[in-house]
Amino acid sequence: MRRIIMAALAAVSLGGMAHADTIKVGVIGPFSGPFALQGKNFKAGIDAYMAMHGDTVGDDKVEIIYRDVPAPDPAQSKALAQELIIKEGVQYLTGFYFTPDAMAVTPLLTQGNVPMVIMNAATSAIVTKSPFVVRTSFTLWQTSTPIAQVARDKGVDKVMSVVSDYGPGVDAENAFKAAFTAAGGTVVEAIRMPLSTNDFSPIMQRIRDSGAQAVFAFLPSGPTTLGFVKAYNQNGLKEAGIQFFAPGDLTQESDLPALGDTALGILTTFHYSVAHDSPENKAFVEAASRAIGNPAELSFPAVGAFDGMHVIYKMIEATDGEQDAQKAVDAVKGLAWESPRGPVEIDPESRHITENIYLREVAKSDDGTYYNKEIQTFEKQGDPGLAAAN
Amino acid sequence: MQTVLSIAVDALAYGMVLFVISIGLSVTMGLMRVVNLAHGAFAMIGGYIASYAARDLGVGYGVAVLIAVFGTILIAIPIERLLYRRIYGAPELTQVLMTIGITFCIIGIANFVFGPTLKTIPLPPELQGSINLGFRAVATHRLFAILCGLVVAGALWYLIEKTAFGVKLRASVDNAAMAAALGVRTQIVYAVSFAIAIGLAAFGGVVGAELLPVEPYYALRYMVTFLVVVSIGGAGSIPGALLACLLLGGIDTTGRYLMPEFGEFFFYLAVIAIVCVFPRGLAGRAK
Repeated sequence: MRRIIMAALAAVSLGGMAHADTIKVGVIGPFSGPFALQGKNFKAGIDAYMAMHGDTVGDDKVEIIYRDVPAPDPAQSKALAQELIIKEGVQYLTGFYFTPDAMAVTPLLTQGNVPMVIMNAATSAIVTKSPFVVRTSFTLWQTSTPIAQVARDKGVDKVMSVVSDYGPGVDAENAFKAAFTAAGGTVVEAIRMPLSTNDFSPIMQRIRDSGAQAVFAFLPSGPTTLGFVKAYNQNGLKEAGIQFFAPGDLTQESDLPALGDTALGILTTFHYSVAHDSPENKAFVEAASRAIGNPAELSFPAVGAFDGMHVIYKMIEATDGEQDAQKAVDAVKGLAWESPRGPVEIDPESRHITENIYLREVAKSDDGTYYNKEIQTFEKQGDPGLAAAN
Repeated sequence: MQTVLSIAVDALAYGMVLFVISIGLSVTMGLMRVVNLAHGAFAMIGGYIASYAARDLGVGYGVAVLIAVFGTILIAIPIERLLYRRIYGAPELTQVLMTIGITFCIIGIANFVFGPTLKTIPLPPELQGSINLGFRAVATHRLFAILCGLVVAGALWYLIEKTAFGVKLRASVDNAAMAAALGVRTQIVYAVSFAIAIGLAAFGGVVGAELLPVEPYYALRYMVTFLVVVSIGGAGSIPGALLACLLLGGIDTTGRYLMPEFGEFFFYLAVIAIVCVFPRGLAGRAK
């Protein structure tokens, strides 16, 4: 009996909160540990958005609650999401740097009546796991497909693919292979290296022996990337004229100072360069640099977070602050806006972001810093990965 | 044939870098009987100091290496006096808990002070670029690392086997009470050998930075590899560690060339096989 009264009370109080003054948004990401830099970028993007657009939507105040999952850990991610939904009463879940962390949370969304806005996790299939998932980042398929055309345009027929042996690496390999073969090229060999590889000289020798004219590579950003790019230079592949193509993770802005001259001239395709030339991006970089403290640490997860917040603000606006996941998600289907990365749109079918993919070259600016210079634009790229999975 | 030669060169270079970083750990574990899981952390401190000295203070590479080695030793002295001195001769679990705790503290401090991004140590022009060996190009700094490894191995062997200090060290390790009774000041011997081990860690951190870049999680990321080298070589044995590094470097490099998909399968398979045949390592002494 008592329980029923409590439940009734809870229901009444929930109903009374139609015009709640505080809307809680739960952010799950790596805020400590080896990937803390990425979490820091999430926070910088969120802070930048709230600094530019205020922390209220209508009469509702937006409150951000951070939860830390230092390394990919689906169980912990799920537990924290549950805690956020039940104990903190969040209306939106967002963040999610790693695919497994996002996958683990998707089964909770319907019951919790909570939409999920993914700010990074880049495996195509996540959006199919629940109708309440919206993504504002990119997929490996999306960023790796255009580079195949670039390679063909440069007159390359034979490519060797070298990727790290984990989900995104396999995605990158498949995407490149599909696009490059379709464009009439041949992938002479495809190898997958373990994530823990730190000496890449034998791999470079192997690339040389394969007779490929170019190498397509994907590694997670961080220490391994540095080792790989250095090995590419020092083993004389650059001098031998073997070209280097990769998705933009390899030349992430925060790694560029360390990569230095060795990265010059590497061609990558990606959805966002901090050096993108537009008034929107200028304003974003200024606000985000202030939020992150050290501008050299700013990179792509910040823009995913910035646009993620934009989507959440639109959702709050559409639902007038009430908790209604279906209405919120429906409201942003087809939503188009000018992001710091260029024009973007939430695809109504897949709920994934349609965006421009840019071909960039690592260049040195006059003040001696390195940046990703955009030299070609592939407009309105959707996610080819979903089609490939079906 | 070319391929075989070039794998051999890669294996030698990789093995020597491993040797330079791991040998300090072999000294602490074998001679001082301390399971020092903070070894990687000290190598990382060396890398950070060298990076700071060379990039922000603008000193030359050689000077940066010296500052790194002595700077790390200076940092380690109070840690040795306050923390390590309590765990000499303590059960291994105590040592593991203490040193892993130190490692986490150092990671946190490094993350706070230097930030989470990669730090590089700029090489002097003489070590940049590559040298053409006729059949392939090899990065100059790798040859430098090979040279450093050989020098360290020789010097350390001489110090432990041929000098009066080496005699005292071996005596203190085998029977501290008896050595002390004979007038060996064991505390000083321990402090000095700890300093040498830390200095070697820092030196390895700097020399190996091209292969194992410096960042806050360096301290944990490569620790397993270092421990494997020490246990395969036989803790405390310099020829053993050298042999282990060359062997494991060779197996790892060959495996990575021939079958990269298998990852570190061959590496750990070799480790299991060696440990089965030589439970105390290739050159380990029976207790």
